[in-house]
Amino acid sequence: MSLRKSNQEIQLRTHKSLGRRFLSSWQLLILLAPGLIWYLMFCYKPMIGLRMAFYDYNIFRGFEGSTFVGFENFKIYIQGPDFWRTIKNTLMIAIWQMVICFPAPILLAIIVTEMKGKVIKKTLQTATFLPYFISTVVVCGMVVNFLSPSTGIINKFIELFGGDATYFMVYPQYFRPIYTIMTLWQTAGFNAVVYIAALMGIDPELYEAALVDGAGRFQRIWHITLPGIIPTVVTMFVMNIGKMVKVGYESILLLYQPSTYSTADVISTYSFRMGIQNGDYGIATAAGLFEAVIALILVVFANKLSKRLTETSLW
Amino acid sequence: MKHAVNTKDKGGSIAKIESRGEKIFDISVKILGVVLIFLCLYPIYYVFIASISRPLYVENGQVMFTPVLATLESYREAFQTPWLWTSFGNSIFYTLCGVMVNMFFSTTMAYALSRPRLIFRKFFTLLAVFTMWFSAGIIPMYMTFRDFNLLDTRIAIIFGFSISTYNMIILKSFFEQVPASLEEAAFIDGASDFRIFAQVYLPLSKPSLATVALFYAVNRWNGYFWPMNLLTSDEKVPLQVLLKKLLVDRTANEMESAIITAQSLTSQTTVIYALIILAIIPMAIAYPFIQKYFKSGITLGANKG
Repeated sequence: MSLRKSNQEIQLRTHKSLGRRFLSSWQLLILLAPGLIWYLMFCYKPMIGLRMAFYDYNIFRGFEGSTFVGFENFKIYIQGPDFWRTIKNTLMIAIWQMVICFPAPILLAIIVTEMKGKVIKKTLQTATFLPYFISTVVVCGMVVNFLSPSTGIINKFIELFGGDATYFMVYPQYFRPIYTIMTLWQTAGFNAVVYIAALMGIDPELYEAALVDGAGRFQRIWHITLPGIIPTVVTMFVMNIGKMVKVGYESILLLYQPSTYSTADVISTYSFRMGIQNGDYGIATAAGLFEAVIALILVVFANKLSKRLTETSLW
Repeated sequence: MKHAVNTKDKGGSIAKIESRGEKIFDISVKILGVVLIFLCLYPIYYVFIASISRPLYVENGQVMFTPVLATLESYREAFQTPWLWTSFGNSIFYTLCGVMVNMFFSTTMAYALSRPRLIFRKFFTLLAVFTMWFSAGIIPMYMTFRDFNLLDTRIAIIFGFSISTYNMIILKSFFEQVPASLEEAAFIDGASDFRIFAQVYLPLSKPSLATVALFYAVNRWNGYFWPMNLLTSDEKVPLQVLLKKLLVDRTANEMESAIITAQSLTSQTTVIYALIILAIIPMAIAYPFIQKYFKSGITLGANKG
């Protein structure tokens, strides 16, 4: 009886009749169902809602009561004063992240692996890993309070060295540095873990061979360590390109204010403000869709790039 | 530069070079390490010492490395914050129930997708993975909750975020690593897919399940964005949303505070710092577990993309 069942199993795998395959996996389909229904309800239904971008959407009257306006909302967004500002800010924040927050974990990983002394090595890893687990709200709360002109510790240090207290949060020129340093503090240790793992995978014999050849520490880092993690670096870089437009709007929302919009307002914060706060759902959705399409293009591009560079695709 | 090479046969013949350059290098790396440790921990340490100091000394910059005239008064005041304990309870509730829901939805789906036998497997996998590349965005998501009449409900928070595709894919690859012979053996014994899933695969992947559950738990506990937008009544709001009002919104309008004298035991600032410490404590307690389980998850996630 049970043997017959497994024979049936083998047959089903060879004969790919649709009906039989369905019969052999109906239990799996039941297991799949909750997740599938969730995806349809909370990921694909919103995608249908994206047609709001083509309506002068009225939240109380729904689609039936709203007028179809074609690309009017996109026109309003693209021709409006906020378009170039949001594009520029999204791009600039992404570039700051790429230039500062991307290489930092690689450096940190090298420092960790080069470190002699178990205690300090462990402490360094523990200390740098920790900030990632403090919530965005608390980290932003710390930033805002540390930078307060009257009570903030940063300004106390500046005054100690003879400078003047500055209300950093209200000046647009400080926003990107503040945001970048905050992200660096939060994520460097977390992102270093991948590189540390890659470094530990390098064949120790390579180092021994280099030692015999009389290579110094810098030479060993340059000729063995760096080439050893280049594949990981490339993969991470390509993944970052894919995520570029998705700058951390959750923390930007907490840190920006009207006086810093000129450097801080990105596409997603604009969309959020227009929709949830101003009730301009059509324009907000249009801006959001614009961003989502760019994100999709970047991911496809990143995958192509990854295929070419590492001969392995990301998916 | 001359190198004196002397090979030591200490625990596996690791060659070692002794030279002045090497020693300088080692010491500089250590100094750099200490500086980095300081930079990572000082902000948290400062919040702690400021929270137990007299406000006057915090405001005039005398509290930098040690607390001045330590007092726990700020904590007493922080404890009395309206809705603090309600929101704390809510956070625990959302995290516990949320993670159970997360794990139910994610493991069942990941298991089904990990079986080559599943009909339309590629299509279903693509359906899930596609949401990582393209998502509808904030406004349509909000409208979806509105259409389902889920605004300001606890159900929205718990079930609206049942699956993180990233975590589900990690689970799927865990299940794929389990040898297929186990499934076949169970099949021959006449076990159903449900039993194989629940009694063979789940117990076998306990450490992986712990890792993913922890991923979910940290996100649940720390998230503020959707609870902030979806929940409007004070009694349903989790801790992070309350903290947002207390830490970020309140300090955005500077200078509402009363005059602080040497006798003042608390100020708006010291109470805020006390609240920050209170908010960090649960995470600090969980940190040893996080360290144990997280790292394997990160490396695997990076490899799977």
